[in-house]
Amino acid sequence: MERVDSSGTITATTTEEIINSPLVIRNLQQRSLQEVLADYSQKPKPKETNLVDQVAEAVGLTPNIQVEKTVTIDRPASELYNYWRNLTNLPNFMKHLKSVTNKNEAGTVSHWVANAPLDLNVEWDAEIIADEPDHLIAWNALGNADINNCGLVRFQPATGNRGTQVKVVLEYQPPGGALTNAIAKLFGESPQEQIGDELNRFKQLMETGEIATTTGQPKGPK
Amino acid sequence: MKAVCWHSAHDVRVETVPDPKILNPRDAIIKITSTAICGSDLHLYEGNIPTMESGDILGHEFMGEVVETGKEVKNLQKGDRVVVPFTIACGGCFFCQKDLWSLCDNSNPNAWMAEKFYGHSPSGLFGYSHLLGGYAGGQAEYARIPYADVGPLKVPDDLEDDKVLFLTDIFPTGYMAAENADIEPGDTVAVWGCGPVGQFAIKSAYMLGAARVIAIDRFPERLQMAQEQGKAEVINYEEIDAGEALKEMTGGRGPDRCIEAVGMEAHGTDAMAAYDKVKQGVKLETGRPTALRQAIVACRKGGDSVYSWGIWWLGR
Repeated sequence: MERVDSSGTITATTTEEIINSPLVIRNLQQRSLQEVLADYSQKPKPKETNLVDQVAEAVGLTPNIQVEKTVTIDRPASELYNYWRNLTNLPNFMKHLKSVTNKNEAGTVSHWVANAPLDLNVEWDAEIIADEPDHLIAWNALGNADINNCGLVRFQPATGNRGTQVKVVLEYQPPGGALTNAIAKLFGESPQEQIGDELNRFKQLMETGEIATTTGQPKGPK
Repeated sequence: MKAVCWHSAHDVRVETVPDPKILNPRDAIIKITSTAICGSDLHLYEGNIPTMESGDILGHEFMGEVVETGKEVKNLQKGDRVVVPFTIACGGCFFCQKDLWSLCDNSNPNAWMAEKFYGHSPSGLFGYSHLLGGYAGGQAEYARIPYADVGPLKVPDDLEDDKVLFLTDIFPTGYMAAENADIEPGDTVAVWGCGPVGQFAIKSAYMLGAARVIAIDRFPERLQMAQEQGKAEVINYEEIDAGEALKEMTGGRGPDRCIEAVGMEAHGTDAMAAYDKVKQGVKLETGRPTALRQAIVACRKGGDSVYSWGIWWLGR
């Protein structure tokens, strides 16, 4: 069931409605994305949180960073889904990802390596926990992750047949409260700007066949 | 190659820099045969545009000869003469398909920066700050043209550079002002500012059916050009009150269409102009809208066509 709250926003109640809602994070209503995705996929959360986290979650102080960003791409959902579903394609437009390699033939378990400050890498294994062709891919980091994270990418036809709305929702737990701020600014941009930037590049690649760049162009002395 | 490089406000130098290379499949490299300095380059020169970096190559009005093409560029060949529009457009996105090339969704690699300032990002531009793409410009011997299969316009050999160079920016800018003014046959059109945009707006207004154009400025040489080349009647607002004069010259009705071609560095003679200058100085407002304000007042009833074609740096 959906109802309209006082601010006029559609509020979803079932996990399916939450995942398909226009404003996913708002509709989580204090729950973690990981929890909602676990319900939705009927797969257990992979990692038991410690007592501190459980308490924090119970009182609504989840230390998770949640990011949501949507872009409209003038291509059919099937084409976009197919490109994304081959996770090894992701580093082509996500400049902070070094590599994604599949760990099984079906490509449902994969190993991710991302750049971190000071020339360090962060690595994790991820499992696809929901896979609905041309509509949704959701994933969860497995237990040994440097940064516990989960996310979804959703493809929906845009109003008026104007391409496909591609929404990414991410949630991650920075490894340690003191570092939260540093991790939030991991790559200079805010997490929201960063995922927006990645989505812009995905759009460029899908709509124009290349990614706009100036890297390698001439410049005068400073 | 040699290129004009920006270093800081009032510090622009010709430097030796590396030649540009093809970076993407839809790129082309052109050898530049003519380039111009735009009025909006002055905003860079004055240091009014944020996100410039020392060493950036300037120039967004240029043309030349194709010397190299990326593997996806099928419509251009080595040796073709082309005029290059200053807006970089992919040709495939929602906005390009609506002919809103300057709003291209895909050509600004720094779109996230522009989104912070404007909410949404316009297209990338040549030589016009990192917020708008950070693309090296064309005041140089060579330039790299992204999406070269979309923007560049091939020029027949019998048209010399000086006859077509203005298609890069300044003529379309003046034309679009007149086009957006929805001029009807018989209209009297007033144009504030007789710089290059104003001069082209005057000519374009006649092309689009105006019966009469009245041009307003304070520099005699610009007014003379508007009169002789543009066939406009002219008002020097330092000699007479332009608002009053317009009303008298149009039978009390006011001009049917008003085009403002001055922008954020408008000069004025009245108290409001002095007030604007003070406010701009202390950053209470980011432009000085003297001409715009006057155009709004002067325009006839229902002549709701006041267009501002200078650059307005709207602070948020």
